[in-house]
Amino acid sequence: MKKLTLLQMKEKQKGLILDIPAGAALQNKLMSMGIYKGREITKISHIGLRGPAAIKVGRSVMVLGHGMASKIIVETQ
Amino acid sequence: MIKKIFLAGNPNVGKSVVFSRLTGVQVISSNYAGTTIEISRGFLRLGGEDIEVVDLPGAYSLDPSSKSEEVAVALLKEHHKDEFIVINIVDSTNLERNLYLTLQLIEQGLPVLVALNMCDEAKHRGVSIDTEKLSHLLGVGVVPTCAVTGLGIKNLLEKINDVKLLSRPQVSHRQRWQEIGVIVEEAQLLSHRHHTLRELLEDASVRPFSGFFIALAVALACFTIVRFIGETLIAKVSDPVFFNFYQPLLNKLSVFLGPESFIHHLLIGDLINGAIDFRQSLGLLTTAPYIELAMVLPYIISFYFVLGLLEDIGILPRLAMLMDSILHRIGLHGFAIIPVLLGLGCNIPGILATRNLESKRERFIASTLISIGVPCVALQAMIVGLLGHYSGFYVAGVYLALFAIWLVLGMILNHFMKGYSPELLIEIPPFRLPSLQTLSQKLFLRIKGFLVEAAPVVLLGVLLVNILLYFKLFDFFTGIFAPVVHGLFGLPKEAVVALAMGFFRKDVAVGMLMPLAMPVKQIFIAVVLLAVSFPCVATFFVFFKELGLKALLKATLVMISVALITGTLLNLLIR
Repeated sequence: MKKLTLLQMKEKQKGLILDIPAGAALQNKLMSMGIYKGREITKISHIGLRGPAAIKVGRSVMVLGHGMASKIIVETQ
Repeated sequence: MIKKIFLAGNPNVGKSVVFSRLTGVQVISSNYAGTTIEISRGFLRLGGEDIEVVDLPGAYSLDPSSKSEEVAVALLKEHHKDEFIVINIVDSTNLERNLYLTLQLIEQGLPVLVALNMCDEAKHRGVSIDTEKLSHLLGVGVVPTCAVTGLGIKNLLEKINDVKLLSRPQVSHRQRWQEIGVIVEEAQLLSHRHHTLRELLEDASVRPFSGFFIALAVALACFTIVRFIGETLIAKVSDPVFFNFYQPLLNKLSVFLGPESFIHHLLIGDLINGAIDFRQSLGLLTTAPYIELAMVLPYIISFYFVLGLLEDIGILPRLAMLMDSILHRIGLHGFAIIPVLLGLGCNIPGILATRNLESKRERFIASTLISIGVPCVALQAMIVGLLGHYSGFYVAGVYLALFAIWLVLGMILNHFMKGYSPELLIEIPPFRLPSLQTLSQKLFLRIKGFLVEAAPVVLLGVLLVNILLYFKLFDFFTGIFAPVVHGLFGLPKEAVVALAMGFFRKDVAVGMLMPLAMPVKQIFIAVVLLAVSFPCVATFFVFFKELGLKALLKATLVMISVALITGTLLNLLIR
């Protein structure tokens, strides 16, 4: 078991969201889109040069900016 | 008695398509989150009563986190619960995420009816939903619909009067997701499917290398298609109509009026070598309709056709992801690529679409950059029509110059304006096959919008200029501005008239450069100047309405500086 940020995960790697150390506003916003502590996600990709990361949550694909993605801590197998 | 129906749902679930189906009012719908920026209202006739239908902007939840969500929530709270119902449009291919808002709506004690939209697509993707069970678990009516084809809309209408108020305890966010987990587990059956080509493409489009490759290929394809359709329409339709049918009529009128009369000057304009020249005569019945209908309209049609395809297939949010890091350098984030692309059609929808950006600073930067560095399709068509005669090299040069201005100005604004750029957070929709009906409806709406907005301004502008020219009133202005236009930009002083016309409409302004017989380098400078100087009056007004007087004044100052610097630099560089 490893703790990584979303950015550090490998493509196609699965993980459980362990923590989102961000303000309440962002947490709520992510929560309503289905991104919350305990949720399983799959990393799809991220774009270099401080670009965003794409993840699969349930049946939807979400794209999060670089800073936001670096705040999402994931536990992987 | 129900007086109102609110259409609520997550972004990009097809609320606007349902709205069009219910009311017959046509609105633009696309395959990306945030298409609807203004609340549309229409009426539905049901059992002899008119019920108002309100299409709300998409929201993921009732805890408002963006301006458009706030609006939706405020509207719902404003009304008495006996007087309206909420039709909650749900994307059946993505039941789980959509139910979050559904449960919140029910918990608020609102009268809810659920439309399980895109049920046909769900079937294709191996999702089957037990409607009865879902209805039982939620405690509200559930109707499967496919708004694009109209399937299920009748059933939806039949259930409107059966909607009852019920109570469901308010729970925490976490508990709500747990409940949803249980509901989805019971009501939804997923059959496993092999990866389809579409899924492979969807995946490839959000990966770094393949994504940029696909984006580049799409951009090239779009450019080629827009040019092909535009040129074909001009060569096969508009030019033949103007030259073979319209010109003989005008020739008769010209003889009848007599070339020296004032009316002739207004309607037909000047005869060039004794004949009417649609490009140079500058009359109300000659150059004005020729510019709008034969030079610009064909490209309006081809551009909006291709833009519609991009919107409906679902390319735009992917571009937003790929462009994110570049746009951060100019103080924006990836989503800003969408207003910019819309601005390439017409600056007004571009500026309106910046409402989807979070901060006022972003909106100012994006709107200013659109007004200065993004030429609308009418202007582009004229640039191609005018400079394309000489060589594609000059046309490419205009785009290159504008792009450079856009980028440099963006970096400068980002550097000097206080504040920060918020981060990108968007959902990437699946690729969808565009429906011919939404596509053609949208194209029709946009063409109509162009004709209705352009025609009066063009006619009025040409009329005004012709009167001023006839009475030689322009000499005064040309005298004043000659030092700048001639001294700094190296243009003949008659170009002042065209630059002034640019404030009314850019396409006609470029048209007015045609009779000046300038060398191509001067045309190049004049065209770039027209593009970066004041946006047309309609854009000006929308900028004011959206961002306020102070922002408009600031942007105007930036525009004037950019125009002065660009004109002088180009004059020095390409001499």
